[in-house]
Parts: sequence; structure tokens; C-alpha cells
Amino acid sequence: MGEGCFRTYTPKFSPSLTLSSPNSMHNAQTEHGFTFNRRRFLSSMSLGIGGVALGSLLMPDLFTGGEGTLDGLAPGIPHFAPKAKRVIYLFQNGAPSQQELFDYKPKLRDLQGEEIPPSVRGDQRLTGMTANQASFPLVGSFVDFQQYGQSRAWVSSLMPYTAKIVDDLCFVKSMYTEAINHDPALTFLQTGSQQGNRPSMGSWLSYGLGNENKNLPTFTVLLSRGVGNGQGVYSKLWSSGFLDSVHQGVQFSKGEDPVLYLSDPEGMNRSDRREMLDNLSELNDLSYQEFGDPEIAAKVKQYEMAYRMQTAVPEVMDLSKESDDIVKLYGPDCLVPGTYAANCLLARKLSENGVRFVQLYHQGWDQHGDLPYEITQQAKDVDQASAALVTDLKQRGMLDETLVIWGGEFGRTSYTQGKLTADNYGRDHHPRCFTIWMAGGGIKPGMVYGETDELGYNIAHNPVHVHDFQATVLHQLGLNHEKLIFKHLGRRYRLTDVSGKVVRDIIS
Amino acid sequence: MRKNFLFIASLFLLATVIQGCGENASGLTSETRLPDQVSYNFDIRPILSDKCLACHGPDANKREAGLRLDLAENAFAALQENPTAHALVAGKPELSQVFLRITTEDSTERMPPVDSNLKLTQQEIELIEKWITQGARYEKHWAFDPPVKPALPKVDDTDWPQNELDYFILQKQEQRGLAPNEEADKERLLKRLSLDILGLPPTLEMQNEFLADTRPDAYERMVDRLLKMPAYGEKMSLHWLDLARYADSHGYQDDGYRTQWPWRDWVIHAFNQNMSYKKFVTWQLAGDLLPDSNKEQLLATGFNRNHKITEEGGIINEEYRLLYVTDRNDMFGKGLLGVTLECAHCHDHKYDPFSQKEYYQMFAFFNNVKEVGRESVIGGPETYAKKPLMEISEEDTQNILSFINKPDTNRLIVSVMGDLDSTRKTHILKRGVYDALGDEVEPGTPSSILPFNKNYPKNRLGLAQWLFDKKNPLTARVYVNILWQEFFGKGIVKTSGDFGMQGDLPTHPALLDWLAVDFMEHGWDIKRLVKQMVTSATYRQSATVSKKKLAVDPENIYLARGPRYRIHAEYVKDLVLASSGLLNRSIGGPSVKPYQPDGLWEGATSGRGLLSVYKQDHGSKLYRRGMYTLIKRTVPPPVMGIFDASNRDLCEVKRLKTNTPLQALVMMNDPAVLEASRVLAANLLKEKSSVNEKLTNAFRLIICRKPSAKELNILTNYYEKQRSTITPEAAHKMLTVGEYPMTRNLDKVDQAALMRVISTIYNLEEAITKT
Repeated sequence: MGEGCFRTYTPKFSPSLTLSSPNSMHNAQTEHGFTFNRRRFLSSMSLGIGGVALGSLLMPDLFTGGEGTLDGLAPGIPHFAPKAKRVIYLFQNGAPSQQELFDYKPKLRDLQGEEIPPSVRGDQRLTGMTANQASFPLVGSFVDFQQYGQSRAWVSSLMPYTAKIVDDLCFVKSMYTEAINHDPALTFLQTGSQQGNRPSMGSWLSYGLGNENKNLPTFTVLLSRGVGNGQGVYSKLWSSGFLDSVHQGVQFSKGEDPVLYLSDPEGMNRSDRREMLDNLSELNDLSYQEFGDPEIAAKVKQYEMAYRMQTAVPEVMDLSKESDDIVKLYGPDCLVPGTYAANCLLARKLSENGVRFVQLYHQGWDQHGDLPYEITQQAKDVDQASAALVTDLKQRGMLDETLVIWGGEFGRTSYTQGKLTADNYGRDHHPRCFTIWMAGGGIKPGMVYGETDELGYNIAHNPVHVHDFQATVLHQLGLNHEKLIFKHLGRRYRLTDVSGKVVRDIIS
Repeated sequence: MRKNFLFIASLFLLATVIQGCGENASGLTSETRLPDQVSYNFDIRPILSDKCLACHGPDANKREAGLRLDLAENAFAALQENPTAHALVAGKPELSQVFLRITTEDSTERMPPVDSNLKLTQQEIELIEKWITQGARYEKHWAFDPPVKPALPKVDDTDWPQNELDYFILQKQEQRGLAPNEEADKERLLKRLSLDILGLPPTLEMQNEFLADTRPDAYERMVDRLLKMPAYGEKMSLHWLDLARYADSHGYQDDGYRTQWPWRDWVIHAFNQNMSYKKFVTWQLAGDLLPDSNKEQLLATGFNRNHKITEEGGIINEEYRLLYVTDRNDMFGKGLLGVTLECAHCHDHKYDPFSQKEYYQMFAFFNNVKEVGRESVIGGPETYAKKPLMEISEEDTQNILSFINKPDTNRLIVSVMGDLDSTRKTHILKRGVYDALGDEVEPGTPSSILPFNKNYPKNRLGLAQWLFDKKNPLTARVYVNILWQEFFGKGIVKTSGDFGMQGDLPTHPALLDWLAVDFMEHGWDIKRLVKQMVTSATYRQSATVSKKKLAVDPENIYLARGPRYRIHAEYVKDLVLASSGLLNRSIGGPSVKPYQPDGLWEGATSGRGLLSVYKQDHGSKLYRRGMYTLIKRTVPPPVMGIFDASNRDLCEVKRLKTNTPLQALVMMNDPAVLEASRVLAANLLKEKSSVNEKLTNAFRLIICRKPSAKELNILTNYYEKQRSTITPEAAHKMLTVGEYPMTRNLDKVDQAALMRVISTIYNLEEAITKT
């Protein structure tokens, strides 16, 4: 693994399931007893067999001459040699408080209860939840911090496992956003725009790079819920917007059907399905002979892909064969489907099988009140598994080519929301600064980038706008964010809208 | 490493080959000769708009060197930076800085600049050169000139046309050496027609009657008959619900329930009444402002309240109130005017002649609503509509609003329009930011489209009058184009939401204008327009595509074959229900919650509100048409999304038509499809008929034609084989799908075998395709 920049993965479960090279394509056909008709279908697409396998899913617009066909840019091919091949995005939904986790601000304790100076607050807008608050007393964190590793990064006692791997992480403490409410902020981070209807980051990568494994979707989504105050997530966050729906995120869920409608109905086994598909393709072929519409041939291919997914997805979702060491690493929850820990483990497996973008959402980080209790529980819920994922990727030699991202949609205020008591307080939404970490995928390990002021309210050094962050992610995947464009209704759209600069300082 | 490089290289090669194929096949690029007379609108403006105007166009803030290339007087004037030189000199490319700068070898001088990532092709450069040589004549953007009804073009094959439309289509075909296909066979034609007019497949009785009807006007009679059926209103509503972003939830964060469905019932009613497009839209825009406005007219204004409304705590009211106004304004632009007005929200439009000021002048029409950003947080029935709202009483549903399908006696409220008594001031919002107030503006319309007539009232009613002013160049064209897209698969202007300079040019400009003027001349009569389209020879052609036609015209731009497309998501469901006999044909009423995989809502919710848990409906509600499936915006019905339905976030005028493995999984495994297969199998087994007849009927119900001998042979063999291999246990398991009662006294193995064959027929490409 890792020797090439455009290697295609061979899934571990069955060699016959990959369609990555002309040879294995051929195998796939004969192995499943493709009929003469079906072979003719594929060859009648006029592009040569390996090309077809790659072609129509990756580049549907080239076949249909859709709006997105771009001058000189063929989707499916990176602009330059990529550092990372895949992304695992551990989205901490609700906005984790940086003051309690990674952004150590001892001064806040010194100034506990004092009003935040107007010069610091500036003209920052407030949410409706604190807009009518008479005063804005600063509040120091209830937890203690220590420095760890060679990088001497500060981490709070709420994140003991993360503390052990700081030398693999790059903390960005100077993230900022434009939105102050959950829905627009989440949408902004995922799509580059606060209002809906644009493609998600994973969709852009699917569009830009295509997929590595023809048996699994390119962009998958895993949901879990923590213990803290939660904010919903929305499937529009993994929508493909105006891109072809082949690029939309596919939610993998716990339960019998990890992908919607994946399982064959009761009373039908695999050979029944194969037989049904053989009859189906024979009938479709008759129709193709009559109409000559290439859509018919494309449809047959989609059914074959669906058939392969039916085997590939349950295999990848099966965590029962994981070793005891792995279970210990991620924690016992990793065997409970639908938990954050299980999703982290699953993310590793999906990534290992060539899924380009694995998007996790973990709810429960919206601590407006009762923060000390809630965030303690919430941090406990994610700490071990997040660190385990990085460790696991590293021990498998996958971290170099897998970009892991951990973070929420904005930060939280340095002053309290609601009443400040001796042992309780809350923090409101704060767009001006928040902390995320990244690991692997060509990002410098053991680094702390950017800095907030001593009150943790404004950015003091190296601000990173959401669009800068997005540009950097695309860059690591070998894509120039200004060139990854889709023309729609007269405008060239980008993930980074009209701004964004790659943060070169954090790239190794 | 080496291997990988080779692989990359071959990928590039492959991409080149694919692209090359696409270009040659469409016959529109590299090999195309330069036209004898270069047209500004059709040849030059697309180049300028796409490659030059971002920096040398209408946006004053981004303009480089003070040069505008979209206006003749500016382009011919002396350059600001070099008064002895001119961007354009008519007839003299060698003196025109435009030509010199696009051809210079000096990369620091060359336009477009390297960092724009834009590049002119050789063909584009030659076109510009020839245009300058021919005098560099500018024309007004075609879409902003009012349409004039053109004469019918002359064609060679005068026997082919059935009505006026066909002359325009045939002329273009003949110019390209294409000839139309023969008429489709009756069965396929009826399926196409029925799907297009009703959104439903033809019943067996209809198929039999039509096949037996040998009168020369049998087709026209069928058209008339279908147009009178109430399902017509349902079918026609769908594109309007997308345009009007109709949904059953408020759309933000907790995404609470709303009762906006009576507005949807009105839309169906209006189409069935064949209300003129003018009245239809005027009521929706300004029903509340009409003299002696009645409750039906008020209900119609729900159109402008279908947008998302927040219930999130901690928001700033004014920011969201302005978002709602923005949404209305953008819908007005995209849906009714077919222009991307929204681009001028934060700055002057970069391509089209709309200033930011003009954006906010339009905005002013929608800025006077008696509303707030957040009226309530998620809650009970009192939150299902937001002020201004109307109450629909029992008496209303007996009288003026009798088309509303109100199932119970609960209080029913709908969000509608209503203005303040005083006028709320409208300011330009700098960069579009809610609290960055710029100059105050008065209501007005973009002068490049049509200046606002001083005699019109300065409110939404006046705006409606402006929209339907005979001189408005866009309204009729845009709607005619949307309907063309519904029936022929793509618009005459392919970018149906963008008739501006960045939009596609019409493939048949004369036809578009003829249709638009004819539509206006005949009182904006929608049914008449539909009839014109479906009775044309163009529409009736077979969809067969020869290799030659596929090579010459892969996208079917010249319509030398009939439209052949996968049907919309909602109609996929309709087809499955109707063909199996399960369809519940009642019209309107509250949206329903059919089968849906467990946990989708629950997994994505904060836990608040009526829609946090999916409580599936039962009984006949499971079998309502697809358009009645409840749309929770943040988690829309999954099958609909998989088949490219709009999530109703914002105004949409065009759907994608993708083809994905997830769609295959739905057709194979969705309990709704399996249940339909089971029920249809039972119905057929109850009939006293042979296996051949049963399979033939199943095929006819779903595919809407008789199977060929080969097809029937495959189906029969498959059926017989299943009968001999399915065990009673497996049969029992297969048949337990869906809530529809089981039919007793049938052999379970027979039924399971037939069910499996029927399910296979549902999975045929042709089943959910308009053929």
C-alpha cells in the first residue's frame, strides 16, 4: 500500500469483486456467468472494457454531455500528485468547546467572573440566546490542561487518549467561520455555502476523483449520537447538490440494511438474484436491440454494480472478525452498532476498502448550559475511538494516505451563557475561533498551527477560514480548489465559493 | 512507480478519447466551419460572457481597466489606460486591442490572464476575428427582446408536419441532413402520452380501446380524453411544486411540520380548471391584493410562503426575515423570469445587465410582508403555519374551497401573504449582509428586461401586471420552455432557469418565440399548449435511435426521434401502484407517510417536534400517488431522492435524470415494489386464464405493450423454473411483504413464482421509461 499515487484497491473479501483492471473486469464477467448478451452490451459502449468500468460512473457527464463537462478538465483525474487518497471526517456536531478541550486559556481562570472587555468583543454579533444577557462574565475552564508529546501540545484531562497521540496530530487553533447558528454553519463547512443546494465536500471529491472501489459508494456517511445536548443532522449535508446524484453521500446505518434497500427480500438467495438478473439483462438486451439507446446498456451496468454492492457492503460492515487487540484499541463500544466507536472502526474498514470519503457525524456537543457535566460525558464518548482510529491507520501503514479530520462547525464563547455558578456554566456559539485537528494525508504531524488571544476570543495568529480549510483538504487530495469547478446555471461553482487559500504551513 | 505513471497516462488518454468522442459526435465544435455571417448573440456573446465579462462586464466593482465588453459604446471608446488605442475597431482586428490581446505570444499580456484558469480555443479566436472584420456589430441579448411571432419556415417534406411546431423542427433537421423517425407504434405512443398527461400508465381497458380505435383521429380523441381526467392536474402540478419549493416541513434545524398542503390542493385544482397561466400566477403573486380578494385568491398566495422558515433558537430575526424575502425574490427570478437574479444579491451581476440596486428594487416588492424571522420555536398545531396565515373553516371547504381534501375537523391554517399597512423601507444590503444597509430603494424592475410602468401600483399586484405585460420578453418564453422540457425531456433553452447570457442559447429560437407569442395570443391557455405539443408529429415519433442518429445527435437536440427518458421519482411510484391495482386515486389532502426504512428520521433528529419520529401510515394511505409523500426537508423521502426528486430547499425548474445502482436496489428490494408484485400476482392468479395470458397481462400493465414472442418465452421459462424451484417455505417468506391483505385460496408457490417474474418486469429498463 502506498507506493503509487493512483493505485486502485483490491478489496480484501473477494478478488472477483473488483473491476479495477481490464483483467479483473474480465474475471468478474466470466465468474458470474455473464451471458453473451451482456458482454456484447459492454463492448458496444465503444470505449474498451477497462475504460467503461472506470468511465461511466466516474464521468457520467462526459457520456451525456451534461452541463458539467469542463474545458480541459476531466473529472476523475487529480490535478497534481496527491498526498492523500481518502478522507475520514469525524464531524463533532454541535460545536465542541475549544476552551475545555484543546485551547488552553489560563487567563480566563484569573479573570473568572469579570466582564469581557468591549475592545475584545468588538462588534461580534451575538446569538438570540445571549443577545439579551445583561452581562458577559468570562469563565475559565473547569478542567486542567497538560502538555504532551514532543510537540508539547496542550490537551485537557477530558481527552486522555488523544493526549497520547498528539505527535501524530496537527491542531489548528485558529479556525473561523461566518455563521453563528448550527444549520448554516454545518452547511457552510460541508458545502462552502451557508444556504443549501450545493454539493457536499465528499460529493466534490467523488466528482473530482471518482471512486477506487467499484463495489462500494465513493462517499459514505455514518451517524451516531452522543450524550450531550444534540442538534440534528440533515441528509442535505451529504447531498450532491447540482452534481449528478451518483456523487451523493450514501448513508450506512446500523441494522439489517446498512445501505437502503440493499438486502434481497425474504425467500431470495444469491443464486435466485443472479438468475433474476440474467433474465433481466436478456430482456433489456432485446429492448436495446430495438431502441439502440445507450441508457439501456448503462442501466444493465448499474444493476451489476448493485449486485456486487450487495455482497461487498455487508462484508465491510461485519465487525465480528476484528481481533481482540482492535476491540481493545477502540473500546468495547466498537462492537455496538451505531456507536461512535463502531463508526470509527467502520470508517477504517471503509477507507481500507477504497471508500474515498467517509463522513461521520457525532451529535451532542451543544453545551449552552450544564457544560462541565455534559462535555465530560461527551468527550469520553469520542476520545478513545478517535485516537484509536489514528493509531490503527498508522499501524496499518495507511495514515500517510488517509486524511483524518476532527472538529465541529464553530467554537464557543469565552464568557458564560446563563448563570455562572461555582461549578456550573454554559457557553454560547462563537464563530470567531475554534480548534480542529487533522492527522495523516500529508499534514504535518506534531504541530500546533494558529493561536487565539489570551482570552480565547479572537484569533491572534494565522487565521484559517473555512474556505482555506476546504482548499487545503482538496489540495491534499491532489485537487486545485480553483479548478475543481462545475458550471451550473451560468456560474462556475466551487467548494470554496470565491475564496480560500491553501494553508501551506501545515503541509509536510 | 513507473507502472502507476503509465496508468495515469492511460487515464489521461482515455479522458481525451472520451472527450473527443463527445465533441465530434455532437458535431458542434472543432470541425465546425465558421459561419458566413458571425452572429453576436449566437457566436460572440457566449464567448465574451463565459471568458471575458467577469472582469470586463457589468459588475462595476470587479471591472478591470475600466473596460466593458458587453456594451458597444464602451468597447469602441478609447481605452482609459491608453487613449490612443481601442478595444474594438470595426473591420480591423489588427487594430483592435481585444484581438491583439487574445492572440499575443506574451503570456503576461494575453487575455484571459493565466490565473483566471480560462482559455480561448482557436475556433473562438477565429470567430472573434471574423466578427470584428465584419464590423463587430452588437445585438441586444436575444432573451431581453420581446418575442415576435415568426413565419413558419419552409420545409421540403410538407407531408410530415401535423401542426406548426413541426415546421420549425423539420427545418433544422433538413438543414443537417436528418429526417424524422416514423410515428411510434400505438402502444408506445399511448404509454408516452398517458405518462406525460396523467403521470400514470394507461390501463388495460385504455390500451385495448386505443388499439381497437381505427378512426383517423383516434389519437386526438385520446388526447382530449386524457386532458379531461383529474389526474392531469396532479401530473401538471409536480413541476410547479418544485418551482414553488413546496414541502411539509419548515426546513431548518428541528424541521417542524407545516400544513401548507391546502395550497398544493389548490394548484391541482387550478390546473384541472385550466386556469390561464396569467391568472394562475397573478393569484399566487398577489391574490391578497386583488380588488375584492376572496379566500381562494388568498390561498393561492401560499406560493410565496413555501420557503423554509426557521424555528431555531438564538437566531437574529431580521437576518432570517430578509432571507425569506431573498428566497421569494430569487424564485421570482429563476422560476418566473428564467434569470439568475440571485447573483446580484451581493454585487452587480457579473454577466447579465442587472445591478445590485435593481436586485433590491425587485426585493422591495416582497419586503413588505407582515412576518418575522422566527415566530415560534418548534411546537404544536399553532406552529404549523406562520403569520400572516389564513384559517380554513369547514364552511370554506363546503363552498369556495371545496377542492381542499380536508379529512378531519381539526383547525387548519396555511401560511399566506399579507402586507403591512405601512411601507417597510428597503435598502441595498452591502455584500448581501443583513445589517450592512446601503442606499434606500423604491420598488422597481430591471430596465434591461422591461422598465416598470409608472401606471402600475408599486406592489406585488403591479409586479404581476409587469410580468404579464405584452412587452415582457421573458415570462411566456420561460414557461413555454419549462413545459417543453416536461414533454420533450429538455428545454429549447436547456438551462431552463437561466435565459441570461451565461445560459444556453435556444436550440430552436424561432420555435420558442412562435410558441411564446402563440401562448400569449391565446390567453395563456395551458391545456391548449399541452395539446399542441403532444399532437405534433415531433412528439409522436418513435424513440428508436439508429447508430447514425446517435452519432450525429447524441443528445437528440434536433428531435429526429421521439423523447425517451426515465420518468420522475413520483411517477415511478405511481406506475408501480397503478399497474398493480393498488393505487388510491383520491386527490389532495394531508401528505402521507408510506413505507420507509426504519430510523432515518430518528437517526438525524434532535428529538424535538412532530417529525422527529416516523410514524408510518397504514391502509389506503400507503397507496397514494408519489406526490403526496410527506416531504420533511432535512430528511426527504429516500426513494424520491434516489430518483432525483427535488428536496424542495429552493426553487428548482429542472431535475437531473441519473441512473445509479441505488435505483436498481430500490426497484429490486423496496417493499413497496415487492408488495405491488405480490398483489398483482394474486390478482392475475384469480383470473381464469392461461399462464401466457397472465404473463402477457402483467407485461401489458407494467410495460404498456404486448410482449414479443421472445420476451414472453423468457418470462414463461423463468416462471416455470421458479415454480419448480421455490420451496413452500421460501414462498411463504416472499409473500409476507407489505401490509395489503393476503389473498386466500391461492397456491403459494404459484403466487411467489409469478410475483418474482412480475418483480423482474418492474425492473426492466423500459418499465419506468417514457418510450
